[in-house]
Amino acid sequence: MEIAFEVSRYNPEEKEGNFYQKFSISARPGNLDDLTVLDSLIRLKEEKDGSLTFRHSCGHGSCGSCAMLINGENRLACKTHLVDLLSQDESRVKVSPLPGFPVIKDLVVDLGSLFEHDREIKPYLVGSDKTSPEEENLQTPEELAPIQEATKCIMCGACTSSCPTYWDNKKYLGPAAFVRAFRWESDSRDESEGERMEVLNDKRGGVWGCNKVFNCNDACPKDIDTVGVIEKLKRKALGF
Amino acid sequence: MKNIDHQLVIIGGGAAGLRAAIEAKKELDDVGLISKVRTLRSHSVSAQGGIAASLANIQESHNDSWEKHLQDTIEGGAGLVDKDAGEVLAKNAGGNVIELERMGVPFSRTEEGKLDQRPFGGHTFPRALYAADRTGHAIVYALYGENVKLETTFYDEYFVLDLMTDGNSVSGLVAYDVRAGELVVFRAGAVILATGGCSQAYQLTSSGTASTGDGLGMALKNGIPLQDMEFIQFHPTGLRDKGILITEAARGEGGYLRNDRGNRFMEKYEPESKELAPRDRVVRAMQREINEGRGIDGKDYLHIDLTHLSSAKIERKLPTIRELALDFANVDPLEQPIPVQPMAHYCMGGIPTDTTGRVQGKEVQDEWQNLYAAGEAACVSVHGANRLGTNSLLEAVTFGKRAGRFAAEQAKPGISGKIDANLVDRYNSRLNSLRKDQGSVRSHELHDGLKETMTEKCGVFRSSEDLTEALDIIHQLQKEYSEKLVIEDRSDNFNTELRTALELGNMLEYSEVIVRAALEREESRGAHYRTDFPDRQDEEWLRHSFFYKNSSGKLRYHYRPVRNST
Ligand SMILES: Cc1cc2nc3c(=O)[nH]c(=O)nc-3n(C[C@H](O)[C@H](O)[C@H](O)COP(=O)(O)OP(=O)(O)OC[C@H]3O[C@@H](n4cnc5c(N)ncnc54)[C@H](O)[C@@H]3O)c2cc1C
Ligand code: FES
Repeated sequence: MEIAFEVSRYNPEEKEGNFYQKFSISARPGNLDDLTVLDSLIRLKEEKDGSLTFRHSCGHGSCGSCAMLINGENRLACKTHLVDLLSQDESRVKVSPLPGFPVIKDLVVDLGSLFEHDREIKPYLVGSDKTSPEEENLQTPEELAPIQEATKCIMCGACTSSCPTYWDNKKYLGPAAFVRAFRWESDSRDESEGERMEVLNDKRGGVWGCNKVFNCNDACPKDIDTVGVIEKLKRKALGF
Repeated sequence: MKNIDHQLVIIGGGAAGLRAAIEAKKELDDVGLISKVRTLRSHSVSAQGGIAASLANIQESHNDSWEKHLQDTIEGGAGLVDKDAGEVLAKNAGGNVIELERMGVPFSRTEEGKLDQRPFGGHTFPRALYAADRTGHAIVYALYGENVKLETTFYDEYFVLDLMTDGNSVSGLVAYDVRAGELVVFRAGAVILATGGCSQAYQLTSSGTASTGDGLGMALKNGIPLQDMEFIQFHPTGLRDKGILITEAARGEGGYLRNDRGNRFMEKYEPESKELAPRDRVVRAMQREINEGRGIDGKDYLHIDLTHLSSAKIERKLPTIRELALDFANVDPLEQPIPVQPMAHYCMGGIPTDTTGRVQGKEVQDEWQNLYAAGEAACVSVHGANRLGTNSLLEAVTFGKRAGRFAAEQAKPGISGKIDANLVDRYNSRLNSLRKDQGSVRSHELHDGLKETMTEKCGVFRSSEDLTEALDIIHQLQKEYSEKLVIEDRSDNFNTELRTALELGNMLEYSEVIVRAALEREESRGAHYRTDFPDRQDEEWLRHSFFYKNSSGKLRYHYRPVRNST
């Protein structure tokens, strides 16, 4: 069978501006659950148009390179199977770059601000030298448990890209930065004395911009409860 | 053309490069780290199972010691581990992983809060520290954070093309800024190569698309030898038909390998260690089962069975494995066995270095002054002919750290070399012509040819006949690459097709070395198995291979003895 694709194209060197290009690729029906959106894009690049541009690296959801907007939702192309996209009402796969970030070319966006915001929340252990080099810090499984979920973040940008507050206010740190902040702030080994919370409490950039739209929860490919994390940070900011 | 100066430049932002930068930052104000993919996308984030250290801090491992870790490493390496390097690895492992812990790696813990360890193949004690089954991710993110704190300068999505060298000293490098579409010259007092592995030359591989051995290509271009390249590790359990790894921890935690008849066939091949025998042996046993028709449904795969493990154990210790099996094989490991087959995983060989990470030249005495290498790209010779699981993350941080420290020393006097204008011109015209020329072959077509050749003719089992054929095909592919290559994407802006083509150039060079080295080694040892020379021959072959290109581009080689003293 033939599967129809509509892929967003943009190259500042060309005159056309942004447009959707139609492609089709053939797949055996039985193979649909084997074929991912990333596999399809690679095939399109090889078979149809070598200038089609997107990022990828690990191919199995661990590096965070390939987040994009697929049939209206932010997802990892390498973990999205065609069979899950196509149905009676949906016969085509539509792929666009992650919203909310400047487009560099086709499906490649500039994630500079995502990583800048990450730096602002101090993505490291503050004051980590607690023991002599011969010994580890102790941390019980109970102490580790609260941050376990947040350590899964792969910085793909899907959550921040889906956030209406971020679309309107580029100073807003966004859900990815909050998940990362929570991961370090709630680590039993971290000794920050409010410096991270100060950033998170900022009027324009901080957690108070979250209106609980829950887009970010839906977008996260690692099923992190981002809104839940932000709520915890809000409570901490209030001194609970 | 842009020009950027740093005291020290590190090529690569995986575990090795990031660890090097931290150490160098202690000595230098100004360290640049270049990565062709964004640093946090480096292949190291995919490492799952663990990192080795003989901490002897838990009940099951209290009799462990660094000497035993060294012993296991030497045994696993089938005679080719250099003892001095192995000792540096094993002796400092405890301190080095505790440092990682103190940088914030969320390692899994015992009930009392100590660093937990689990068993891994070839290790006689449980000594794999782990962060669930996301150990590489956990380590890279902590090392990255530390670099943010120390203000290392990152150059993400810059592709390094070549080194600028003068005799046995390096003055910088030429890179292509993929986003800007322009050449950038970096000058530096010292350079560290931490460019990772090269498994992309094979069809089925657990490594990401960036593992194209660019550092190996750069070494060959500059007359630097590659050591022990015939030793390519195949991992027993790759998800069938996918380049996705089912970590060895799945066997470490008690998983069984089964054939079509449901038999635990490893009991037959390795009655003592069974599924936890060194990887080369498990892979050969699997390949034999497949070749003799006992693959599942007679096909080219087998099963790893976790159904007898408790769901709590899988949830706690192997959550990613369950997720991957569900997502990519439609199989729930709690209920069904996972279909697996061997795939290319790791390169034991690489750019030869001494134990400080300094690159060695053709002869031991012509060491490079200020060029270092670490991680999978390097061969300091701690894995010999077969690496034990969890030893390579350890290698990356151990020798990354050392290379960082010693390179910083060399970099202190400052930048002295001149910009090699000829080299820059050459790359400028090369990149321009690549995008303008009318050719007839796309790079993925040549890459497909290479992958097929390497897998079929230079894989788990090798023979003179196959290797000779492989060499012919590779020469043919090299010729087509230089004469007929065409790149459809003609733009300057973010040209990933151009980057891929440049990577292929490197792959075609080092693949020739892998095949040649495999052809010359007429014996079987570790990961290198010759069907026409099935025995290990210690009198003749207890030595390392070194292959390099002479000034007219011809491959030359010689051998050096193993360093057995410390
Ligand atoms: C799936 C998988 C699981 C593994 N699990 C384990 C494990 O549990 N334990 C263990 O010990 N080992 C494991 N290994 C092996 C281990 O992960 C690797 O050997 C190790 O991560 C290599 O680290 P590295 O820093 O040398 O290279 P990499 O992490 O591969 O990094 C290479 C870096 O170099 C950069 N680079 C390369 N070429 C260029 C260029 N031309 N220009 C600019 N930058 C460039 C890349 O962008 C990247 O930043 C595993 C391997 C695989 C494939
Ligand atoms: S390619 Fe790594 S997450 Fe998709």
